[in-house]
Amino acid sequence: MQQTFYEVMRRQGITRRSFLKFCSLTAASLGLGPAFAPKIAYAMESKPRIPVLWLHGLECTCCSESFIRSAHPLAKDVVLSMLSLDYDDTLMAAAGHQAEAIVDEVVEQYKGNYILAVEGNAPLNEDGMFCIIGGKPFVDQLNHAASNAKAIISWGSCASWGCVQAARPNPTRATPVHKVPGLPDKPIIKVPGCPPIPEVMTAVITYILTFEKFPELDRQGRPKMFYSQRIHDKCYRRPHFDAGQFVESFDDEGARKGYCLYKVGCKGPTTYNACSTVGWNGGLSFPIQAGHPCIGCSEDGFWDKGDFYSRLTRVHGFGIEADADRIGTTAATLIGAAAAAHAAASVVKRMREKGGNK
Amino acid sequence: MSASQTPHGEEGVYVYEAPLRLWHWVNAFAILMLAGTGYLIGSPPPAVGGEASSSFLFGWIRYLHFVAGYVLIVGFAFRIYWVFAGNEHSRQIFLPPVWNGRFWKELWHEVLWYAMLVSEPMKCSGHNPLATLAMHFLFVWFTIFMIVTGLALYGEGAGMGSWQYDLFSSWVIPLLGQSQDVHTWHHLGMWVIICFVIIHIYAAVREDIMSKQSIISSMFSGWRTFRGNGAPRDSH
Repeated sequence: MQQTFYEVMRRQGITRRSFLKFCSLTAASLGLGPAFAPKIAYAMESKPRIPVLWLHGLECTCCSESFIRSAHPLAKDVVLSMLSLDYDDTLMAAAGHQAEAIVDEVVEQYKGNYILAVEGNAPLNEDGMFCIIGGKPFVDQLNHAASNAKAIISWGSCASWGCVQAARPNPTRATPVHKVPGLPDKPIIKVPGCPPIPEVMTAVITYILTFEKFPELDRQGRPKMFYSQRIHDKCYRRPHFDAGQFVESFDDEGARKGYCLYKVGCKGPTTYNACSTVGWNGGLSFPIQAGHPCIGCSEDGFWDKGDFYSRLTRVHGFGIEADADRIGTTAATLIGAAAAAHAAASVVKRMREKGGNK
Repeated sequence: MSASQTPHGEEGVYVYEAPLRLWHWVNAFAILMLAGTGYLIGSPPPAVGGEASSSFLFGWIRYLHFVAGYVLIVGFAFRIYWVFAGNEHSRQIFLPPVWNGRFWKELWHEVLWYAMLVSEPMKCSGHNPLATLAMHFLFVWFTIFMIVTGLALYGEGAGMGSWQYDLFSSWVIPLLGQSQDVHTWHHLGMWVIICFVIIHIYAAVREDIMSKQSIISSMFSGWRTFRGNGAPRDSH
C-alpha cells in the first residue's frame, strides 16, 4: 500500500535517467562523495515514503515559496508529490473538513512514523486566537500533530526563532515551535532563514530519508552541514574585508568595484547560513553578490538588532535607542567630566587647606 | 606588615613585586592596543582603494587585536598564578574581604574622603577598600568577561572543532542570544574597561598628590612610601 519515492516519481513520468541524476546531485549538495549516489538511489527505491505533515502558523509562506523553487526541478517534483499526498494547506488540492481530517488520519495511522514540518509559529496571547486553522487555534493543531510525530522540522526563522511577528513588542506573543508550552517532547530540527535556502530544505528531508537518521545538529538545533559557518567565512568579498576595502555608501566607487559591505551593515560576520556557498536561485547569486549587505535573516531576533544598514546593534533600554559606541562615549564622557570636576574640587580644597595652614 | 627601608632609605612597604609590576604594564599596553584596534573593528577606517591583493589593512588591525588579546590572556593567567605565588597583597583585588565589617566601615571612610568630608584618607599599603572593590568588579570580572566573549568571537572564525569554538563559542553564543549580541556585549565591555581606566588613572594621580602616600611611582618601584608621620594602619 505504501509507495516508495521511486514509484511515486515514475508514476509522475520521471525517467530513471533523470532520477539517477537527481540522486547524484543530491549527494553532491549534501557534501557527500560520488559513492553515495547509488545509496541515495537505493533508499529512494526501497524505502516507503515518509508522510510529512506541513503545518502553517503565523507566517508569510516564503518558506513554501522557497521550497518549491529548489533548483533541480526533480527535487521539487519528488518532494511535492510526497507532501501534497498528505497535508500542506497552501499546496494541496483538498480543502475544508476533508483537508483537516487528513491531519487526524496521519496522526493515527502513522504513529511515530511521520515528520511534522512547521512553517510559521504559534501566537499564544488571547488563547491563540490570532491564528485560527479550521476553527481552532493553531497552537492546538500544532500540539495535536506533534503528538505522534517522529520529529519536527522548524522551517524558517518563524518556526525556529520567532522572526518578524515575534519582533519587539510581539503583540500576539508569537512563539517559536521549541518554546510552545506543552509541546510533546520530540527532536526538533531548525532550518532557519527568511526563507531558508531551497536546496537546504530539500537536502534536509533527503538526508533524513536516505540515512534514516537526522543530520548532525549544532547546540541550537540547526543541521551542522549548512549552519556551521558564517556567510562571512566563505564570502567571495572576504579579500576586500581583509584589505580594508569597504563600500561607504551604495553609489560610491567601492560599491561599483564590489568591495566589502561591512560598513553598510552587512551581517555576514554574525550570520550562520550557507548562502555564500550554496547560493540562491540555483546557485545564481545571493544578496551580497547582488550588492546588498546580508541582513542576518537566519539569526535569532534579527529584526530587533537595529536597522539593516548599520554595523552596530541598537541597544534597548536607554530610553532612546543607542548603539554600544554611543552608550560608551556617553558613559566615558560623563565619568571623565566627573573626574575633572572632582579634580577641580580637590584643587580648591587643597588651596583652602594650604591657606588655612598659613 | 611592618614598614622597612626602601632602597632610597625612606620609610615604606614593598607591595608590588617585580613580576606583578611587569604584568601591570604589559596588561596596560595590551588594553590600550585592544581598545584601539577593537574600536576600529567596530568602526573601520576609511576604505583603502586599489586591488584587494595590494593591501591587508583590516587584516592587520584584526591580527593586532588577536595578538594583544592573547597577551592579555596569558598575562591574566599568570596573574591568577601570582595570587598563589605572590605576597599577601597579590590576593587583595581577587578576594575583597566583603564578609568583614571593618572593611565596610573603612570603605565608608574612603567614600567620605572622596566626598571631601573628612580631612585624612586611610593610609593603606595596598589598595584602599573602595579601590579594592572597584578593581574586583570593574577590572577582574570585566577582564574575565572580555576574555570569555573575546574567545567566543575568535572561535567563530577559527571554526567548529577549534578549542576556542568548543570551549567558548558553543555556549557563549546561545547564552547571549546570537553572534551579533556577543559582539555588542563585547563592545560594551570595552567601554566599561575604558571607564575603569579613566577612574583608575584619575584616582592614582589624585591620591599620589592628595593622600600623602606614593601611588604612581609604586607601580614602577614596588615600594609604597608615606609622607608625613605614620605607617599604614591597615593590615594590607
